[in-house]
Amino acid sequence: MSNPATQIVDLKSQASVKAIKTLLTIIILTSICILGFSSRLFAVIRFESIIHEFDPWFNFRATKRLTEHGFYEFLNWFDERAWYPLGRIVGGTVYPGLMLTAGLMHSLSNFLGFSVLIKDVCVFTAPLFSGLTALSTYLLTKELWSEGAGLFSAAFISIAPGYISRSVAGSYDNEGIAIFALQFTYFLWIKAMKSGSIMWATFCALSYFYMVSAWGGYVYIINIIPLHIFVLILIGRFNLRHYTAYTTFYTIGQLCAMNIPFVGFQPIRTSEHMASFGVFGFVQVIAFFGYLKHNLGQQKMKRLFWIFSLLVFALGLAAIIFLTASGIVAPWSGRFYSLWDTGYARIHIPIISSVSEHQPTTWTSFFFDLHVLVAVFPAGLWLCVQQYDDARVFLIIYGVFSAYFAGVMVRLMLTLTPIVCILAAIVFSELFNRYVSSSPPPAESEEDESSPNPTEEELAVANQLRSIVCILLVMILFMFGTHCTWVTSNAYSSPSVVLSTQNRDGSRNILDDFREAYYWLRTNTPDDARVMSWWDYGYQIAGMADRSTLVDNNTWNNTHIAMVGKAMASNEDKAYEIMQELNVDYVLVIFGGVIGYSGDDINKFLWMVRIAEGEHPDEIKESNYFTPQGEYKVDSTAPKTFTESLMYKTSFYRFGEVDHGDINGPHGFDRTRNTEIGVKDIKVRGFYLLISHTISKLKHIEEAFTTENWLVRIYKVKPRKNSDGLIFQNIKSKKFKR
Amino acid sequence: MTKSTTKTVTKAAPKESTNAASEFGQIVSKFFDDYQKSTPVKLKAIDAYLGYTFFTGVIQFVYCCLVGTFPFNAFLSGFISCVTSFVLGVSLRLQLNPENKDQFQWSDERAFGDFLFAHFVLHLVVMNFIG
Repeated sequence: MSNPATQIVDLKSQASVKAIKTLLTIIILTSICILGFSSRLFAVIRFESIIHEFDPWFNFRATKRLTEHGFYEFLNWFDERAWYPLGRIVGGTVYPGLMLTAGLMHSLSNFLGFSVLIKDVCVFTAPLFSGLTALSTYLLTKELWSEGAGLFSAAFISIAPGYISRSVAGSYDNEGIAIFALQFTYFLWIKAMKSGSIMWATFCALSYFYMVSAWGGYVYIINIIPLHIFVLILIGRFNLRHYTAYTTFYTIGQLCAMNIPFVGFQPIRTSEHMASFGVFGFVQVIAFFGYLKHNLGQQKMKRLFWIFSLLVFALGLAAIIFLTASGIVAPWSGRFYSLWDTGYARIHIPIISSVSEHQPTTWTSFFFDLHVLVAVFPAGLWLCVQQYDDARVFLIIYGVFSAYFAGVMVRLMLTLTPIVCILAAIVFSELFNRYVSSSPPPAESEEDESSPNPTEEELAVANQLRSIVCILLVMILFMFGTHCTWVTSNAYSSPSVVLSTQNRDGSRNILDDFREAYYWLRTNTPDDARVMSWWDYGYQIAGMADRSTLVDNNTWNNTHIAMVGKAMASNEDKAYEIMQELNVDYVLVIFGGVIGYSGDDINKFLWMVRIAEGEHPDEIKESNYFTPQGEYKVDSTAPKTFTESLMYKTSFYRFGEVDHGDINGPHGFDRTRNTEIGVKDIKVRGFYLLISHTISKLKHIEEAFTTENWLVRIYKVKPRKNSDGLIFQNIKSKKFKR
Repeated sequence: MTKSTTKTVTKAAPKESTNAASEFGQIVSKFFDDYQKSTPVKLKAIDAYLGYTFFTGVIQFVYCCLVGTFPFNAFLSGFISCVTSFVLGVSLRLQLNPENKDQFQWSDERAFGDFLFAHFVLHLVVMNFIG
């Protein structure tokens, strides 16, 4: 039937179809990258190009140090302006990948003649890398399923709110580049595993090295990949290609990982890495026995081999358990152990459980961050199970474990998002494949009785159904896109440094109190002043005000934080002792009572008490800060320990005069707690105003600065009085009067 | 009756064990003979290399146990270099073995090229880590 002419036409049309496909793919991927980039720019357009939140400020400060002083200065940096008086060894406690990436982009663009500020490079790093993440997700899904699914997954991950939340422009944090490294490493792993090539496995190890330098979540990779190999062994699909890929990846990858100063010798010393080590040994044993079995003949010692390999496995497991129990191998660190035992952190390490990102996830977060993808992703899992091969086992493992971890901690929604995007893309691709093509699906063998050739009517009805389903799917995808943009715009584009409210006429009112306070600190205090605040604000103070802080978001020293907590929770005399010990010059508190800001220090106060109680259980007891009925209140029922604490006094100093513009309304109405405060007259000694409930005084500190909306309040610690008790009086001696 | 059965059992048991031992010895010697005869020279060369790296690794480990771990990263980089060379050699051997042709889709030269590339990366990292 096909003569040479039609053959040539077929070939030509095939080639042109292929060319059109490639062109379409390139256009679609480019627009996905642009979409991902622009979707993250809400904050930059609304406010300005500024670093957001808390952690990015430290990363920014470290990057500035890198660009100003060079690579070795950055790697060997000892920061004496943080954690006063302890200091912080930054080189050994930071993942340098982010700073190095931004520093490299900065020097490259300056070298090419574009003089970009390091601040702008840092702000736009995450959106740039989101495009790369979309590309690597496309490659990964293409390897695992098909090109159509790849395109879908790239589109999903470029706008999925779960990923956008940590990679918006200005959020200069590790996750911004780490998710790209994660997806790329997984892509290279699948490629290596399928082909068995040492080259791909080496590239995978190098990509893993980049991931280790970028984020602490690399522990996830180094556990999922061995688990994948282990499951393949269990289901009997382990072959020599897997051996080549895994052993090359493990050895070169771990050696590379140990080059990062922060990781150091952990890969051979901690439990988090023992799984990969165990699987490595087990794989060697399996391969060796496979070789022997192959050469000695199957029948003779098959059973013996199985028994022997089980024995070796049991011995290895016992060895690891023994090493862990005897302390040679460190047990799972608290951060990772609390993923298994969720009640552990609250009792033993209250700092970990106090971080808002570490709370358990509610189902609303799942829908909020993933919309329709989370409903569709189980179907993707099922499709992978139904049509599984060696590589898709990986998807199944990844999906199941990510789903578990995302349920434990809100922060880990981020690790769930890529796999949900991939699996949902598979489902949508299969659906569209089935319902868009006009040829009927292959008839199954049981339906031989029904007429094999569908009639005209049946075809027409089928086509109608198909178009209805297609239209429904497209509508769902439209709703998904709208939801993602709405979520990005309203929930995840807030810089946290600058707050905005809406006035009654709809116009935006910007509250720039934080920067006002930090700028005041920067320009009105000596350079070596030390500021005491709660650890949340440490990085911002160091970054924007450039002053030494006592504790910051790194939270590596729980005792030091507990000391600050004790100072905040004790009465003024005790707090003054602690502040003198630590050489504190200024105290900074956040107070939201005037505008109703709910993230202020009074709301965080119970955590300060709990952390202090963990270290000083005799002096601080949480129950002392509750009302007799057991409630946490700031009004007149608040107990004395609370109202005399440094935190209460510094927050509500002079607040009794505030009447929110309504003269007849209550004075001192705390808008965050929706109540009048109990102690309205916290005054400096010597000034008394209206007689109210109790009168208390600020003895050792004095107010230095309060911002426009009372959001940030800075107090100066008064120097100790002279020991002979003389109060300085400006006496003009009559003798010398001229 | 029982006496005779137990007697036969006890009599049979040592015979079986000696049978198993001699069988095991037979299998081992047969294995070595087969290895000598049927393995190509290329693979034997790689096996010799594997033996060499294995023993180098063992020597390093024993040395570390005796002398102590002071420059731990030096010990680790040397030891892991041996382990990785061993593993890469095994992977190369797998890829060059004509019996495994169906599993690896490329030529011997490509396998060797991959091997060299991995070694290049390995030694770069080892040089950096030795300190």
